[in-house]
Amino acid sequence: MSVRTVSQLQKGEKAIIRSFTDRVMSLKLLEMGCVPGCEVRLDAVAPLGDPICINVGGCYSLSLRLNEASTIEIE
Amino acid sequence: MKQENIKIALVGNPNAGKSTLFNALTGLRQKTGNFPGVTVEKKSGTFRLAGSNGSADRDVTVVDLPGTYSVYPKSADEGVVMDILANPKHPDHPAVVVVVVDASNLQRNLLLFTEISDLGIPTILALNMLDVAASMKLTVNAVQLAMQLNVPVVKINARTSEGIPGLQQAIRQVVEKTEKPAQKYFYVPKGNEPALIEEVRALHALDNDYVALQYVCQHDNFSFLAQPVRAKLDSLIEKYAFDETGFLADETIARYKTIKPIVEKSVKSEGATEQPLWTRKLDKILLHPLWGYVTFALILMVIFQAIFAWASYPMDWLDENTASFISWVKEVLPKGVLNDLITDGVLAGIGGVIIFIPQIAILFGLVSILEESGYMARVMVIMDKVMRRFGLNGRSVVPLISGVACAVPAIMTTRSISSRHERLLTILVTPIMSCSARLPIYSILIALIIPSTKVLGIFNMQGLVLFGLYFLGLGGALASAWILSLFIKRTEPGYFMLEMPTYKVPRWGHVGFMMYDSVKSFVLEAGKVILAISIILWVLSSYGPGDHMEVAEQQAVRAMSQAPEEEVAAAVASARLESSYAGNFGRFIEPVIRPLGYDWKIGIALLASFAAREVFVGTMATIYSISGDSEDVLTVKERLMQEKNDLGGVMYTPAVCYSLLIFYVFAMMCMSTIAVVYRETHGWKWPLIQLGYLMVLAYVSAFAVYQLMS
Ligand SMILES: Nc1nc2c(ncn2[C@@H]2O[C@H](COP(=O)(O)OP(=O)(O)OP(=O)(O)O)[C@@H](O)[C@H]2O)c(=O)[nH]1
Ligand SMILES: [Mg+2]
Repeated sequence: MSVRTVSQLQKGEKAIIRSFTDRVMSLKLLEMGCVPGCEVRLDAVAPLGDPICINVGGCYSLSLRLNEASTIEIE
Repeated sequence: MKQENIKIALVGNPNAGKSTLFNALTGLRQKTGNFPGVTVEKKSGTFRLAGSNGSADRDVTVVDLPGTYSVYPKSADEGVVMDILANPKHPDHPAVVVVVVDASNLQRNLLLFTEISDLGIPTILALNMLDVAASMKLTVNAVQLAMQLNVPVVKINARTSEGIPGLQQAIRQVVEKTEKPAQKYFYVPKGNEPALIEEVRALHALDNDYVALQYVCQHDNFSFLAQPVRAKLDSLIEKYAFDETGFLADETIARYKTIKPIVEKSVKSEGATEQPLWTRKLDKILLHPLWGYVTFALILMVIFQAIFAWASYPMDWLDENTASFISWVKEVLPKGVLNDLITDGVLAGIGGVIIFIPQIAILFGLVSILEESGYMARVMVIMDKVMRRFGLNGRSVVPLISGVACAVPAIMTTRSISSRHERLLTILVTPIMSCSARLPIYSILIALIIPSTKVLGIFNMQGLVLFGLYFLGLGGALASAWILSLFIKRTEPGYFMLEMPTYKVPRWGHVGFMMYDSVKSFVLEAGKVILAISIILWVLSSYGPGDHMEVAEQQAVRAMSQAPEEEVAAAVASARLESSYAGNFGRFIEPVIRPLGYDWKIGIALLASFAAREVFVGTMATIYSISGDSEDVLTVKERLMQEKNDLGGVMYTPAVCYSLLIFYVFAMMCMSTIAVVYRETHGWKWPLIQLGYLMVLAYVSAFAVYQLMS
C-alpha cells in the first residue's frame, strides 16, 4: 500500500505525521507546528470539500488546502 | 537631564494578543481582531514607566508589530519585523523585545521565542491567553518556564489588562541591568555553518551568530543592506555550498526538539487537551456543508436589514431636524450673501450627509463584531475554494468584507496574503465592493424609486434592492478578478494555511469604540471635504461670467410674465444657476453624460464626487437648494422628488436612478483609494490601470442600463 497523506484522512481519524513531500511547503508547515511525530486529527471539511481543518497536537485547529495537506505523509 | 525614551517591541505569533497588549500599555486604540493578520504595519505609542528604588520615571516607546510564525517572513507584512530586529541602526530597534505568546499553544509559540532570543536582544516572555489555556485544562508554570528559558516570564491577560504592572516591572529590571549575560543559543550550528557564520561576522562586525545566519538567509529582505553587500553574501553561500531550504527545515526541527522537554516540564494538562468546548460546538455548525452557508447568508441578511430598516428611524429623525435647523438659521441670520452661503452652501451640504451617521455606525459595528468573534476566519475557510476559482485566496475575504466599510484599510489588510499575484488581484477588485461612502447615494436614490413595501412579510423591498446592489458589487469584484487573472501572470503558487482562532465574545466597549471612531472620521473627513467643496460650489454657482446671470434672469422674468409669483422665482433661480460658472461647467460636460441620462446638475455633483463619493449627496443638496426657491427648506429627498428635467417631466425617473446607482457601484471615485493603491503597489501603474478599467466599466454599464430602461 502506498503512503497515506493527511488529505486522505477520514473525519475524526487521527494519525502521526511522518514526513513531507514538498520542501518549500514543509517549511511553512513546520512553522505552524506540524512536526514529524506530532499527532493530527481531521476535524472538519469545508462545504465544498476543500480546505480542511485539522487539529494539531491537541493544541489548535489549522485550516489548509487539500493540495497542501497531501504533502504531509502520515504513519 | 532628559533621558531618551526606552524602546521596546512587541513580537509574537499572529493573533497572540500583541495589539491588545499594546492598547493596554499605551491607552491607544490600535485595531485588534480575532483572526491572524490584523496588524499589517508597525505602530508606535508611548507610556510612562514608574521609577523604583529612587530612580526616576522613564518614558517608553513601544512598537506593535505584525504577527509572524518565525523570523523568516512569508508575506509582505511580516518582513518589517526582522528589518527592525536585525538592524541595530533602525530608529525603532528595541532595547527590549516582549515576546507575546499564546499560552494555549505554547510549543508552536516558543519556536518564534527561541529564534528572537537567539538574536541577542534582551527578551521578556509575556504569557497571554491563560484563560483560554485554562479552559483547555492546561496550567502553565511560569517560574519553571522562566528557569528553563532563562528569561523573565510574566503572566498577563491583555484583554482584561491583568498583569500589566508586573510586565512593566520586568521591563524596568531588564533595562536597568548593566552587565549583559553571555548569549545562550537555543540553536547550535552544525557542519560547516560555524565557519560560514565566522566569516559573515567578521565581514559585518556582528557580535551574534544567529544574526549572522540571518544575513545569510534573508539578506534580500533586509532593506538596510546595499546591493554589493548582498552579492558578497551570495558568493559566500556558494563558497560554503549552503543549502537554505534544508538548513531552515533542520533548524526548525532542532528547535522543536529543544522546546519539547521545556514544555513538558512547565505545562500540566488534565487529560487529553482539546479546543474549548464552545469552539468545537460552533464549528460543527458554522463549517457544516449546508448550515455553514445558510448561517453565512443569514448573517449577511441581518446586516442589510440592519443598515436599511433599523437605521431608518434615527435617519428620518435626523433628516427632519436638519431641515428645520437650516430654516431656523435662515430666519435668525440677517438676510444677505452670508446667509445664503451658510444655509444654501455649507449647511445644506453637511446636512446631506449627517443623516447617514446611523447607517455608518451600524455597519462598522457589525463588521467589528464579525472580526472580534473569530467568525471571519471561518468565512475565509468556507469561501476559499470559491475565491480560488476567481484567482483570489480565502484570505481575500477579509479585504472584501471590510471593503464594505472602507476600501482604504481593506486594501492594507491584503499584506497578509502571501502570494503576490493573489494580493495584487485582491487590491485591484476591493474598491468594487460597495463601501460605506456609497451608502448615502444608494439610500437616497432607492428611497426615490422603490416603495417601502414588505416582501414575504419580513423583508423590506428597499432593503432587498440595497442587498442587490451590494451583491452586484461582489459579483463585479469576483468577475473582474477572474478577467484580470487571465492577463496577470501567476508568479508563485499561493497557499492558504490559516490558524483557526477560538471563538471569543466580542468586547462591547471595543465594538462601541469602533462605531464611535468611524462616525467621527466620517463626519470630520467627509465634513472637511464637503465644507470646502460646498463653499467653492456655492461661489461658482452664485456668480457667472460677465452679466450672463443678469441677462438670464431678465429673460426668465420676461418669458414668465403671466405666471404666478412663486413660479417666476423658481424659474429665475434656475436660470441664474444655469448661467453661473458651475452651470457653464456642467453644460460643458453634459454631452458626455447625457447618454447615461444625467443633466448638467448631476454632472456637477458627479465631478465634485471625484474627491470622495460622500460629496455627491451633499453637492446635490447644495445645488438644489440654490436653484430651488429660497423660502422653505426641504429635505434632500423632497428636493430630488420635485426636480424637473428639461422637458418639464420628473427628473429622477427609475431609468436615471438605476443608471446612477450602477455607475456608483463600479466607479472608482475616491482619491484616498487611489493613493493607498499607489502606496501598496509602489507605483502609478496599477492605480491608473484600476482607475481606467473601473471608469470604463461604470460608464458602459450605466449607459446600458439607461438605454434599456428608457
Ligand atoms: N481570552 C483572551 N483573549 C485575548 C487575550 N488577549 C487578547 N485576546 C483576544 O485575542 C484576539 C487577538 O488579539 P490581537 O491583539 O488583535 O492579536 P495580535 O497579536 O495583535 O494579532 P495580529 O495583529 O493578527 O498579529 C482579540 O480578539 C483579543 O480580544 C487574552 O488574554 N485572553
Ligand atoms: Mg495586532
